[in-house]
Amino acid sequence: MSQMKTKKKKLTATDKTFNVLNYVLFGIFTLICIYPFYYMVINTISANDLSAAGSINFLPSGLHMGNYKALLELKGLGSAALVSIGKTVIGTVLTVLSSAFLGFMFTQEKMWKRKFWYRFVIITMYFNAGLIPMFITMKNLHLTNTFWVYVIPTIVQPFNIILVKTYVESLPKALQEAAEIDGAGIFRVFYKIVLPTCTPILATVAIFSAVNQWNSYQDTLIYITEQKLYSLQYLLYTYINQASSLAAMVKNTGGAALSTAALATQQTGTSIRMTVSVIVVLPILCIYPMFQRFFVKGIMIGSVKG
Amino acid sequence: MKKSKTAVKRKVVGKTKDTRGIKYFLWILPFLVLVFLFSYFPLHGWIYSFFDYKPPRSLSNCEFVGLQWFKMLFTNETQVSQLIQVMKNTFAMSILGIVTSILPVGFAIFLNEIKCKWFKTFVQTFTTLPNFISWVLVYSVAFSLFSSTGMVNGLLENMGIITEPIKFLDSDSHTYLWMLLWNTWKGLGWGAIMYLASIAGIDQEQYEAASIDGANRFQLMRHITLPALMPTFFIMLMLAISNFLNNGLDQYFVFQNSFNKEHIQVLDLYVYNIGMTGSSYSLATAISMLKSIVSVALLTVVNVVSKKTRGESIV
Repeated sequence: MSQMKTKKKKLTATDKTFNVLNYVLFGIFTLICIYPFYYMVINTISANDLSAAGSINFLPSGLHMGNYKALLELKGLGSAALVSIGKTVIGTVLTVLSSAFLGFMFTQEKMWKRKFWYRFVIITMYFNAGLIPMFITMKNLHLTNTFWVYVIPTIVQPFNIILVKTYVESLPKALQEAAEIDGAGIFRVFYKIVLPTCTPILATVAIFSAVNQWNSYQDTLIYITEQKLYSLQYLLYTYINQASSLAAMVKNTGGAALSTAALATQQTGTSIRMTVSVIVVLPILCIYPMFQRFFVKGIMIGSVKG
Repeated sequence: MKKSKTAVKRKVVGKTKDTRGIKYFLWILPFLVLVFLFSYFPLHGWIYSFFDYKPPRSLSNCEFVGLQWFKMLFTNETQVSQLIQVMKNTFAMSILGIVTSILPVGFAIFLNEIKCKWFKTFVQTFTTLPNFISWVLVYSVAFSLFSSTGMVNGLLENMGIITEPIKFLDSDSHTYLWMLLWNTWKGLGWGAIMYLASIAGIDQEQYEAASIDGANRFQLMRHITLPALMPTFFIMLMLAISNFLNNGLDQYFVFQNSFNKEHIQVLDLYVYNIGMTGSSYSLATAISMLKSIVSVALLTVVNVVSKKTRGESIV
């Protein structure tokens, strides 16, 4: 033990350099990860003429909330927010319930051809018909340009089913047997026993599918052409690509000679783009620190199961 | 007493056994229908690649052209050169991705050397955050920082280093590198999480024993931590190889513009571009069909390799 200590002391110089370097490098990378979010937030609450000129880099100045108020008048944003919230909530609830139910049902050995149907579902993880066949299918099912194209195709998620099934298999079988002896049917067992005991894994499933739903834009890109069904992400994408013409879309304090005060709150393409970005990222920023452990748990179970 | 109880149970089970099996199946049938509709049924769309499909018309009114589209892919000169460029991009992005997949391993090993708890948590929390924002938002970030009116150009102009804004986004220079950088920014911290968890599972006695034998810190990292992460790394590598052609559309679509199109078009994006915005549904279907077949083949090969080397399959 004492030998070890002396050894450690001898290495102090190298150790110290290594430590300092390590802390500095991780510090820098972490800053690179945080800074863009910080940059967007301070620009949305700073005077718009300053932010459009690119002079808000480290500290906000000329604080005002005008940008967020102006968003209320931005055409299309309200419906996009509703669509995004709707697909996140409905999509998540449906996926969680179906994953829980299927994961549980696939543990029931009595089921007719259980193994076959389980493989029938799981194998779909490994192939994909491709973009155009999917599009044609959705069109033939009359799902394109409807809200349901966001949620129905994502209800059954094989990977989530594996997660739940593995979890249910780890529970003592006696739980279900006892309930069945007491006369409980399969739904009662599912509702009264499986759902409550599976909450940790279901929380993980829920959080992942909620983030996926909130973040996806491909579904809008491919299946939706009607603007009132745009999701927030896709709307943001269109905003970025037409940043300059955007400012005209909102009511400006107008007039030929603008006072400095008016200039500071007048909407610019930059201000709208960044404010919408902040709105879009805000839910993630808020829930992420709280639910980080679920994310970590999810990837761990996933990696064990492969 | 105990015996009679099981007997009763057996009787109950035996009585209802047959109908229950079917009943359970019927309960999950609606979900199986969904799986069929959205995973198996779309495969019928592959027949579009044997027709000259023009969208408003129905398939029966379109000309059957056999393997024309497949032949065209390999004989038509402009088509071939386009496809070669697309394959170059796909290979470049995938290989860069595979080469840099060692980064999360290093990230985890070095982060593990940080003994200050709060700093470690801080780093871990905020470096994984970018993984949970959408590619549209990454693009928005990129636009804020690197567009011609963005932060970087502003800073450089104010410092008098440049007079004309540098076009980072609207240009085709270093497209592969930029895509790799954004990918790393988004995924590095998250990619390291799995390795950090593996490190937490390493038996501490190994470290103690090695230290007593005189191993220094770097030798511990090299000879204990690193080997412990290799099985996980191997799985990730195998998965990456099986997804070689599936770069996805998300990242490349948002960063795509008329300047960088030549080097950003990976296979998935190319299929979207010629299928959804271009004219040919059939050609796009033909390409994505070939892609699917190659992907499944790759997965099978990788699985066999994994079984041979590790005695365990990855799927």
